[in-house]
Amino acid sequence: MAFELPKLGYDYAALEPHIDARTMEIHYTKHHQAYVNNLNTAIAGTEWEQKSLEDIMANVSKLSAAVRNNGGGHYNHTLYWTVMGPNKGGSPKGDLLEAINQTFGSFDKFKELFTQAGMTRFGSGWAWLVKVGNELKITSTPNQDNPMMDIAEVKGLPLLGADVWEHAYYLKYQNRRNEYLAAFWNVVNWDEVERRFKRT
Amino acid sequence: MPFELPKLPYAADALQPHISKQTIDFHYGKHHQAYVNNLNNLIPGTRFENATLEQMIREADGGIFNNAAQVWNHTFYFESFSPAGPREPNDALATAINETFGSFAAFKEQFTKSALTLFGSGWAWLVKNREGKLEIVQESNAGNPLKSGHTPLLTCDVWEHAYYLDYQNKRPDYLLAYWNVLDWDVIGKRF
Ligand SMILES: [Fe+2]
Ligand SMILES: [Fe+2]
Repeated sequence: MAFELPKLGYDYAALEPHIDARTMEIHYTKHHQAYVNNLNTAIAGTEWEQKSLEDIMANVSKLSAAVRNNGGGHYNHTLYWTVMGPNKGGSPKGDLLEAINQTFGSFDKFKELFTQAGMTRFGSGWAWLVKVGNELKITSTPNQDNPMMDIAEVKGLPLLGADVWEHAYYLKYQNRRNEYLAAFWNVVNWDEVERRFKRT
Repeated sequence: MPFELPKLPYAADALQPHISKQTIDFHYGKHHQAYVNNLNNLIPGTRFENATLEQMIREADGGIFNNAAQVWNHTFYFESFSPAGPREPNDALATAINETFGSFAAFKEQFTKSALTLFGSGWAWLVKNREGKLEIVQESNAGNPLKSGHTPLLTCDVWEHAYYLDYQNKRPDYLLAYWNVLDWDVIGKRF
């Protein structure tokens, strides 16, 4: 079964003005689609065609750079689209908010540290909130690596991810990654982040 | 003496339509300038306070390496361009390219492939290696071939900021346009 581009749960313009429609369309239909296509090419005719994306992530150390890069690209973008949404933003609630407060001191402090992870990732990559066992951690990865990969420095379940490749923000924010990361909080879908947090 | 952003040897709109004025304004005016500023903020009080960019590229790591190399790489990149050319190598460099790669067309194909297959942010380089032979190398992020003892001759910035406003995800289109703005007199002098 070849991997497929997942449906986007909202229109390209739905995250305006924080993320513009043109960026969404190119990001989803070109970049994400290319990762899906290249992943399928990279695993064609191998046993990995039958495996889940999570399985592939857990074994990237044994696989080619093409599988690592494109498999990661597919996983990361799939997560990214679902942890954002229209009319979202605000703050987390319940157990997740409590865990964030306990780990980072406050929701504001968490946002500050997550933003810092995104700002200090030199080149292309991702900032993450990760569940490691029962703990929360903030980390960042280069290129399309992610915390699901067996080669990751911080391994765990990613709950929230911000794409800091320049393609994620250049048409609207150009060199101002800080403005993109500030705008990102207005579109975070905390219900989805919480759903991932409660996953066992 | 703090480092300064070197002057561009042409107007910001001089490379149109291949590289837009808007791209030059951001790439040179914002990104290149930011690397200069960051470096000037990072080095006071370190052993690199009076170092050259080349020394920092060879010896530093972390933020000082990243910003010093990015200052050097961007200066080298922007200086390779001119509105008028010539668009093909001449003299000794032309001979060396033909000997190493078979032809200028074959060289362009291999260099383009190197630039297109570099995953993430980075630079494709034509270098003269320690044996004096031409070689194409890829470097991620701020990577610079001086660090491994090569002499850089030509580079192509494939960070998305170099082409996203003009070509978006179409890095191959940027690479096609790239050959139309190179000045092979400048590149030949480096050889
Ligand atoms: Fe992306
Ligand atoms: Fe650049």
